[in-house]
Amino acid sequence: MGIVSPLGLGLEHNWSRLIAGESGIGRIASFDPSDLPAHVAGEVPAGPTEAGCLTLSDWVPVKDQKKMDRFIHLGLVAATEAVEDSGWKPESEEDRCRTGVMIGSGIGGLQTIYDASVTVHEGRARRLSPFFIPSALINLVSGHVSIKYGFKGPNHSVVTACASGVHAIGDASRLIMLGDADVMVAGGAEAAVCPLGIAGFSSARALSTAFNAEPEKASRPWDRDRDGFVMGEGAGIVVLEEYEHAKARGAKIYGEIIGYGMSGDAYHITAPAEGHEGAYRAMQAAVRSAGIAPSDIGYVNAHGTSTMADDLELQAVERLFGDAASQVAMSSTKSAIGHLLGAAGAVEAIFSILAIRDNVAPPTLNLDNPSTESAIDRVAHEAQRRKIDIALSNSFGFGGTNASIIVRGV
Amino acid sequence: MSEIADKVKKIVVEHLGVEESKVTPEASFIDDLGADSLDTVELVMAFEEAFSVEIPEDAAEKIATVKDAIDYIEKQKAA
Repeated sequence: MGIVSPLGLGLEHNWSRLIAGESGIGRIASFDPSDLPAHVAGEVPAGPTEAGCLTLSDWVPVKDQKKMDRFIHLGLVAATEAVEDSGWKPESEEDRCRTGVMIGSGIGGLQTIYDASVTVHEGRARRLSPFFIPSALINLVSGHVSIKYGFKGPNHSVVTACASGVHAIGDASRLIMLGDADVMVAGGAEAAVCPLGIAGFSSARALSTAFNAEPEKASRPWDRDRDGFVMGEGAGIVVLEEYEHAKARGAKIYGEIIGYGMSGDAYHITAPAEGHEGAYRAMQAAVRSAGIAPSDIGYVNAHGTSTMADDLELQAVERLFGDAASQVAMSSTKSAIGHLLGAAGAVEAIFSILAIRDNVAPPTLNLDNPSTESAIDRVAHEAQRRKIDIALSNSFGFGGTNASIIVRGV
Repeated sequence: MSEIADKVKKIVVEHLGVEESKVTPEASFIDDLGADSLDTVELVMAFEEAFSVEIPEDAAEKIATVKDAIDYIEKQKAA
């Protein structure tokens, strides 16, 4: 597994900072946000690799960097960590053909598209880089990962806004179940913290603007003072492998994907339906495919974006768990890293697996005054030690698309 | 070496990320300097920009080596 996020570089570095209750949110540093309503975001810290920060040239050769948008850079960083961690180095042509890639993104190369638009607008269309299109295309993370490692199996991608990461992992696991591949590198990557991205989500009234002076307090899922999400950037990548295949080669196995459910709201382009019934149906489908009871789930990593929709998700989760609601912990790790859009679901699925490994529920930061009371423990402020055998992670996207994934320790 | 040759060499080093010593006049962009077809398109654009010249597509296709580029630009500049 591999992560690059506003908490930094690397799986264990991210996890230890998350459990310690640290925040990766700050004032936007990559450009001057003064003209925009929202001034805060979660950006991947630049700096030395050994300090858990990103030095891009350690991961992507300088001459290749300009051929890819930043979301591809971040995807390659996390994919490199994940592939190395998995120890999977297919030597034979057959093994390479049985290894695929499915990495999604919600937005793709937004800054690249912006820059190219300016070039064309200035009447310099003939000066447009030949790398513009392959730099911006969402499936090019999968493309670059396959080229880097020689993975010749299914090469696919997912675009379902903020549900892309979960859909990619879920769909990739289904490809393995269907026999299309033995190994799939899957996840999501996003880098939309740029003027166009911030302006666009601001215009949709989706971003927090009330905490510009106190960035670390801006992402506050379920808190009564929340006023929108905080955008984050990064990538989360996992290596999925057919169980017997992984066992046979003595692979390090973090966990098993046991359930996956999807649904559509058929309601509104950005708002969830009443009671988040689409989320309920996605979770229900995941529980059904896992063949478990909701009460078997010890931890829920919520979509919980720090918007009004948080309480609707809460209602849907309460409905799913019924009388077992008081037994489950649910937190939103977006409180620490912001909303990584198309990478969110992948990073959060990884956090869910680590929650099982270490029997610890990561905290929901800034949950000072819940807007709604609930029997569900939302792990306010501090991580909690508790027995977690099975975890569920939710992701919902614009367009009314919902995905839930259920993981178990091995 | 001419001023044009110096500048061409610099652009090649920068765009292809290769050692300066490898950028000899005879070096082929694709065979010796690791460029692909998209790299060569970008390289020609960089020459056009840097020397304020137009390099039409049929001429660009014939620019395979560092010397080809230098000769073409020198000819344009002399005209």
